[in-house]
Amino acid sequence: FMPDFQIKKTPKDYDVCIVGSGAGGGMAAYILANAGIKVVLLEAGPLYDPAKNVTQLKWPWESPRRGASTPYRHFGDFDAAYGGWELEGEPYTHKDNTKFDWFRSRMLGGRTNHWGRISLRFGPKDFKRKSIDGLGDDWPISYDDVAPYYDRIDKLIGVFGSKENLPNDPDSIYLPPPKPRLHELFIKEAGGKLNIPVIPSRLSILTKPINNERGACFFCSQCNRGCTVYGDFSSSSVLVNPALKTGNVDVIPNAMAREVITNSEGKATGISFVNKDDKQEYTVNAKVVILAASACESSRLLLNSKSSLFPNGLANSSGVVGKYLHDSTGASMGGFLPKLVDRKRYNEDGVGGMHVYTPWWLDNKKLDFPRGYHIEYGGGMGMPGYGFGFGMQNTNGKYAGRDGTQKTGGGYGASLKDDYRYFYGASFGMSGRGEAIAREDNYCEIDPTTVDKFGIPVLRFHYKWSEHEVNQAKHMKQTFAEIIDKMGGVITYGNNDGPENDYGLAAPGRIIHEVGTTRMGNDPKKSVVNKNNQAHDVKNLFVVDGGPFVSQADKNPTWTILALSMRASEYIIDELKKQNI
Amino acid sequence: MDRRKYLKTLTVGSLGAGLLIQSCDTDKPVVEAPKTFTIDRTPDELAHELKLASETFFDEHEMKTITILSDIIIPKDGTSGSASDAGVPAFIEFIVKDMPRHQIPIRGGLKWLDIQCMKRFNADFASCSAGQQIEMVDEIAYPEKAKPELQQGVAFFNLMRDLTACGFFTSEIGIKDLGYAGNKPNQWDGVPQEVLDQYGVAYDERTLAESVKFDT
Repeated sequence: FMPDFQIKKTPKDYDVCIVGSGAGGGMAAYILANAGIKVVLLEAGPLYDPAKNVTQLKWPWESPRRGASTPYRHFGDFDAAYGGWELEGEPYTHKDNTKFDWFRSRMLGGRTNHWGRISLRFGPKDFKRKSIDGLGDDWPISYDDVAPYYDRIDKLIGVFGSKENLPNDPDSIYLPPPKPRLHELFIKEAGGKLNIPVIPSRLSILTKPINNERGACFFCSQCNRGCTVYGDFSSSSVLVNPALKTGNVDVIPNAMAREVITNSEGKATGISFVNKDDKQEYTVNAKVVILAASACESSRLLLNSKSSLFPNGLANSSGVVGKYLHDSTGASMGGFLPKLVDRKRYNEDGVGGMHVYTPWWLDNKKLDFPRGYHIEYGGGMGMPGYGFGFGMQNTNGKYAGRDGTQKTGGGYGASLKDDYRYFYGASFGMSGRGEAIAREDNYCEIDPTTVDKFGIPVLRFHYKWSEHEVNQAKHMKQTFAEIIDKMGGVITYGNNDGPENDYGLAAPGRIIHEVGTTRMGNDPKKSVVNKNNQAHDVKNLFVVDGGPFVSQADKNPTWTILALSMRASEYIIDELKKQNI
Repeated sequence: MDRRKYLKTLTVGSLGAGLLIQSCDTDKPVVEAPKTFTIDRTPDELAHELKLASETFFDEHEMKTITILSDIIIPKDGTSGSASDAGVPAFIEFIVKDMPRHQIPIRGGLKWLDIQCMKRFNADFASCSAGQQIEMVDEIAYPEKAKPELQQGVAFFNLMRDLTACGFFTSEIGIKDLGYAGNKPNQWDGVPQEVLDQYGVAYDERTLAESVKFDT
């Protein structure tokens, strides 16, 4: 007699099992494998290599939908993120009619395959916000603790930018930045008049080669599609592939983690997972377990790992797992620059993303909101895709055409056809990305009644913006309107917001910077992991994604996830050597 | 996506992974990508594409009307061919299958147009003379001038204009017409000097000093 259902044990035992192959998991695999440690890396999605799964340098007509979004790629047909805000058969729910949108990309390298490559260090103040404004909590570590790891990541991965000596936007070790595009020169000019700094962006893109494994950027502006020469940072190409070459890492793709397994002494012994290919249940054993499945997914794993020793879920004696969830704030505005109509054509692609940005420049003590934001800019003569030319009836009746006369909006025929040429490349836009306050009552928890298609209980979100974030969005909008006005531009979107819609503040989760759900701290009653990303309750369990962030900063989180994962991984190496874990 | 090939590639660097991956990977038949696909497709995406490719939405009369309308919106001119030269009708047929939200507005809009023309000219739109077709289009192509009772036609024509222009300017003919000069390896060394001069702007000394320079 054979039971219908059995759990198979993978044949090998490992030193370390890592769940997730994005920034945090990829870095851990890289550091540990290079130290000779035997690693098994579980990834919930398929294998992916930007050199082989190519959408780069493809033309719009190579996608039958011209690059439009699909349920399989929410950021469009050419984008290098499989998945999106909803995944088939893997729901999440909400409490009290609150909103949180959860972006999941299940693939080797996770969301680093398509991210914006904006690689900002946190500044000294970002680790000590409570000491400054009394809100949230201080980190148990300071900028000086992380700085040496930022230095190493700069050199290992590569980032361009400029030395600015700003007090809370520390410089990295930079490759040279690309020159600004035309609209970016106009933004810089307007910023100068308004005392708003507009400086070279800081992106992990190789404007110069840094080793023989990766090619230099060739300026196609398509980093979000994944780079065939590895000219930008993604965990798949820059961390996981080199880690595999050590021979010390086994990757198990399509492995959806179910629970962290523990023994009677309360130590983690491995992971149970369902293999999405054969639908069978497996376990894999390791001396150390590292969670890097993303802030919310790692919390879900911990909360689902209940036992008599850990009735509230693993590493959750504090009850803090899932709490203090926070995403960056976001609001946008855009316009049209009449002086840019009928532009001379030239290749303006540049790198994937903006060549200039605005770091936070004001003093919050003089404002009605406590934390800052940075501004990202877009525009120029980009490659047409789905949506190109939409709404021409709202544009071609507003400005004088090539012949100097203003016609009625809309139309058809040769004259309309010419309008698309005439107005091409004259639009631009900007988005604020700000720091939200981490609050205990913004959280994810296990939905008591719902499971996904694998039978794994799903997350339920509860998230509300506070006046701090709303006031910040209001300030963003005022700033954007001033910049556009100073440029001589006409606002075409983003100016119809007010208190009724929180000034256009994006729904939480939309900026895809969610962090904070397994926050670090010195007090085991108020935090999940210690300053080394090690669970207070389980010494051989670590979390190295965005979960351990105490506060988010007005920066993108990836560079700090990488630095903290590198730091935690070296601590693990040390502790393994000392036989402490 | 040719899964097996990638598995193999990764296995080269990691023998252990090879064993594990094989033990986890079932031997499902790999769906062959239609030869037209030159971009990365996951197995789920491929299945979806094949399903869409096997479906037909518009009938012959609808396609005929779409073709006439799209060529009225984007005609051949001295620079480039027409919408139908650029394959726009086929694009519109595809996009309504891919985005079902467009199905009723387009199908219903085509019907609305035929009914209007039947009332005015006693013929469906496609059977009207070129002059009659333009007379009809003039009534719905200018949102601000259109009569209130023709607003449904305006909404339909706005959507047709959007899909036609987008289909055209994302085609090979349209991209060339537009003069989009990118999507090829290059060294970005800033805005061309004559363009800087045209707009009266310049790179400041600091920008010139710190920006990336290329060996020519």
